[in-house]
Amino acid sequence: MEQSALLLASSLNAGTVLAIAALGLLINEKAGVVNLGAEGMMLCAALAGFATVVATGSQTLGLLAGMLAGLLLAALFGLLVIWLNTNQYATGLALSLFGAGFSAFAGTGYVQAKLPEQGPFAVPLLSDLPWFGPALFRHHPLVYGALALVLLLVWWLYRTRSGLILRSVGESPESAHALGYPVRRIRLGAVLAGGALCGLAGAYVSTYYTPLWVEGMIAGKGWIALALTTFATWRPARILLGAYLFGAVTMVQFHLQGQGINLPSQFLTMLPYLATILVLVLISRNPQWIRINMPASLGKPFYPGA
Amino acid sequence: MLRVELRAQPSKVWSYASPLLALALTVLIGMALFMLLGKDPLRGLQVFFWEPIRTPYAIGELLLKATPLLLIALGLAVCFRSNVWNIGAEGQFVLGALAAGGVALLAGPDSGRWMVLAVLLAGVAGGMVWAGLTAWLRDRFHANEILVSLMLVYVAIQLLGFLVYGPWKDPLGYNFPQTKTFEAAARIPRLFDGSRLNIGLPIALALAAGIWLYLFRTLSGFAQQVGGLAPAAARFAGFSSRRALWIALLVSGGLAGLAGALEVAGPLGQLTPYVPAGYGFAAIIVAFVGRLHPVGIVLSALLMSMFYIGGELAQSRLGFPKSITGVFQGLLLFSLLACDTLVAYRIKWGK
Amino acid sequence: MSSTPRLELSAITKRYPGVVANDNVALSVEPGSIHAVLGENGAGKSTLMKLIYGVAKPDAGVMRFNGQQVQVRNPQEARSLGISMVFQHFSLFDTLTVAENVWLGLDKQLSLREVVERIESKASEYGLELDPRRPVHTLSVGERQRVEIVRALLTRPQLLILDEPTSVLTPQAVESLFVVLRQLAAEGCSILYISHKLHEIRELCRACTVMRAGRVVGHCDPSRETNASLSRLMMGSEPELLRARDQAPGELMLDVRELQLASEDPFGTDLHGISLQVRAGEVVGIAGVSGNGQGELLCALSGEDRRAAPGSVQLAGVDLSQASPGLRRKHGLHFVPEERLGRGAVPTLGLAHNLLLTRHDAVGPLGWLRLGVLRAQADEIIARYKIKAGGPDAVARSLSGGNLQKFIVGREIDCNPRVLIVSQPTWGVDVGAAAHIRSEILALRDAGCAVLVVSEELDELFEISDRLHVIADGRLSPSVPRAEATVERIGAWMSGLWPSESSQAEQPARQGLNAAREATDAQG
Repeated sequence: MEQSALLLASSLNAGTVLAIAALGLLINEKAGVVNLGAEGMMLCAALAGFATVVATGSQTLGLLAGMLAGLLLAALFGLLVIWLNTNQYATGLALSLFGAGFSAFAGTGYVQAKLPEQGPFAVPLLSDLPWFGPALFRHHPLVYGALALVLLLVWWLYRTRSGLILRSVGESPESAHALGYPVRRIRLGAVLAGGALCGLAGAYVSTYYTPLWVEGMIAGKGWIALALTTFATWRPARILLGAYLFGAVTMVQFHLQGQGINLPSQFLTMLPYLATILVLVLISRNPQWIRINMPASLGKPFYPGA
Repeated sequence: MLRVELRAQPSKVWSYASPLLALALTVLIGMALFMLLGKDPLRGLQVFFWEPIRTPYAIGELLLKATPLLLIALGLAVCFRSNVWNIGAEGQFVLGALAAGGVALLAGPDSGRWMVLAVLLAGVAGGMVWAGLTAWLRDRFHANEILVSLMLVYVAIQLLGFLVYGPWKDPLGYNFPQTKTFEAAARIPRLFDGSRLNIGLPIALALAAGIWLYLFRTLSGFAQQVGGLAPAAARFAGFSSRRALWIALLVSGGLAGLAGALEVAGPLGQLTPYVPAGYGFAAIIVAFVGRLHPVGIVLSALLMSMFYIGGELAQSRLGFPKSITGVFQGLLLFSLLACDTLVAYRIKWGK
Repeated sequence: MSSTPRLELSAITKRYPGVVANDNVALSVEPGSIHAVLGENGAGKSTLMKLIYGVAKPDAGVMRFNGQQVQVRNPQEARSLGISMVFQHFSLFDTLTVAENVWLGLDKQLSLREVVERIESKASEYGLELDPRRPVHTLSVGERQRVEIVRALLTRPQLLILDEPTSVLTPQAVESLFVVLRQLAAEGCSILYISHKLHEIRELCRACTVMRAGRVVGHCDPSRETNASLSRLMMGSEPELLRARDQAPGELMLDVRELQLASEDPFGTDLHGISLQVRAGEVVGIAGVSGNGQGELLCALSGEDRRAAPGSVQLAGVDLSQASPGLRRKHGLHFVPEERLGRGAVPTLGLAHNLLLTRHDAVGPLGWLRLGVLRAQADEIIARYKIKAGGPDAVARSLSGGNLQKFIVGREIDCNPRVLIVSQPTWGVDVGAAAHIRSEILALRDAGCAVLVVSEELDELFEISDRLHVIADGRLSPSVPRAEATVERIGAWMSGLWPSESSQAEQPARQGLNAAREATDAQG
């Protein structure tokens, strides 16, 4: 019984990272911009967060530093892609490659550093419940924050005028422009928000989830988050569910090892990546479905003067 | 305020000048980085651009490192021109290395020289199989090739780890994760004494010429490019997009696998967990900087090789972490993308 | 008694790289008048409207609204002034509902529910049927235009701009639109009506400004002019008269039987039981407003869609229903698509290379490209069709619409096709090139080719077709010889009202359509 509660808890924790990043990418993509630089942003944010906590001891500041790092990189990306109309895929790739290189380079001094312990979290009263307590109520505030973020996004995207405007920009930037909406500024806003959230997720990884710094420690979570937005057909609630599922897949390897199941560790490490492929295959099988749900202008450049 | 204005016709001048400008920008930012970190920028410039070509041995090393970059980037050029975004060349490189290594391990002290051919072919096959997996998933299930090929990179690296820590580990290797060193018969022949440069280079150059002929002088190459330039026109012409997908991925997978085979049976001489050196990703940048054109790619492969070697020298001579190479690579691609806007747009000062 | 003009433009100029879209344009619109802006494609009408509506800024000139000088910097400012616009290519969002679309076009701080109420009241006020809760992608083209119109009306405009509003309407729907516009004008709203359709302008408008090549070339009262005199004003000369020869058609070339195809696009049109025959030496036209299945039919005929049932598409007895485009070309079936750049030609490749899309006679063994032969072929086509291009290596994008179309049509005609299918042959093409293309089509017909023309321009079809079909909602009407075709009849058929085989005139086909619509509604 204990084991299953712990498994659920660790899945939620692991899933939160993916969820926050994927929700940020969702905002991007709803506006029609695909940012393949998620991995690079998360890496730089992880370093920024880690370094800030080492310097100041405050995890809150670390998380904020991560968001700032993500925001700045996203701004660079947004400038190139939105104003100079560079190819979105190539620029995102460039960002990921640059982020990987830069974080590895700038982080060499932090490899041996240690972070102060983050106190055990517990929701008063609820955390003492049998099974549910350890499973659901002893998490870092950000885990609950992810839930709040989903609710916020669902409300904002589908019930407010500004959310509608964002969706319309992703649907048809030309029409939105003809109606007088500042398409480029709206897209930039979406890109910045996405970058900040990816940064938050990255900083969470290095300051709480696995509190250390190693080159490449994001290990593909940025890419998985990208797959997740497609898998969830661009709906916030589905992203959360998908993220938790992935979290579970990631955690299952430790669980299995703990059970004494003897698979070579490399095959267990492969699991999340294989799961991502499986998930992509399942969701892409029906191209009609994707076409209906995907923001129609995703990945395409927008030329206001045309 | 800066304004961007669309040109009536893309500027030919800038399409050649843009990579040069991007390089200049990267160098400038690099020098600023050096200064920020308290190192002499001119010394940095020297380490990156002069040391690697100072002696014949250094040039040999430069060409040696450029070979896998050139090979992989050639394949990526075919892919990207076909609008197939193969980001997982690194994984195909690893699988090529694995397949080649597996065959090389079969060699004994008395094997004939034909083993080399077998090793290289195995590398090509390994890369093709791995890329073919991505092609199949996209063909059959419409799965996005960017994410699939990338996930397969992680899988490939784990596979390498499994083999090298497990069944293929050298029993006489003091428990280090590495295979035994390959027999001489399976090693790639060198070009001359005194240099590690091997036949990989002429092979790569020949393939560059071949790819050029394919892309610009054959109907199939034309069809590939139309698929990338105007998919609706390709459909109108009756050029099969399935065929284009498979050709693109098999070609780039095969080339990446060949590069892996050359690395592993060449300078490395054995399989270790350090086989994936990031060439598959660096080659993406090589391909773009080379304008997806075989001639440009030869030049940009040399440039990227310089970055790699410069990074290693910077580590040993200047005390920099080797990962500075990665910073420069990323900067170069960013600058290139930014400078490329000058091809399509004019920048003006104005209201 | 002189009143202040609602809108007055003086010396308006706008330049784009390589072209002066508007050159010193002057325009004056009175309150309550329906003012036409007449001109051929490329005359600069759309650009001028963009300037008035604030989507673009003029490089020079003055705009006065109700006597006050104004600078409209964006569409929101235009709307706050009381200027509203219905675009030629609708600015609607497919996946959103009608109400959400209208809401996005309004600047007032209204709630969605208020918007729904206002849509319903405004729509009934003008007799426009519209359900605010439907997603736009389920609407027909005519219904989408109603959304645009209601959206414009809800801003209580003083000036309403309509850009080519009838290019997507059946003749009956055009009449309904005119009723709405006259009611609006009577209430004091000024209307700017952009069009190149002479008979409509003569019916609706009392004032007209004529544009050609970016300049104003005349003013008139269209109700006092004839088609010929307006045409002369618009083009500067009499249109070329085509020699049409009556000739008995030869053997059956293209035989389409009961073609049934579900659309691949979730927002597309399914094809139901389409049958048509084209014989050698005749031109068969298919009329219909866009969005009724033309695109799907053409893809099935060209080979871009190979899912047709065996036997449904045959060429001189050979079953090509599932053949690739290459195989169809080998049998002599050639196709000119409506999109020039991006489908008929690759924009960034040269003309010579663009030949390789549909012809492989310059290709040697192992696929080797004989570039010299290719360039010579391109030169030949350029010379024969008098195409203005910078040589065989000029990129397709650098040619004007008319010249590129001449090249593409010439490329296919040069292959001596047995069947030529052409879609929108003169869309966006200047007058001279359009006349040339039409005469080439007729020459091809006279030489014995079977020609199928799909066009939204009824005038054009009347000019060159021997027989006409109408396509509506994925179904094809029976054909009617040109001599017996009238605008009223074709217009009625565009709504699906044609006699079907089994019974009396004018109803069963319509029932089929209604049943289909109800079925899709039920699926939601």
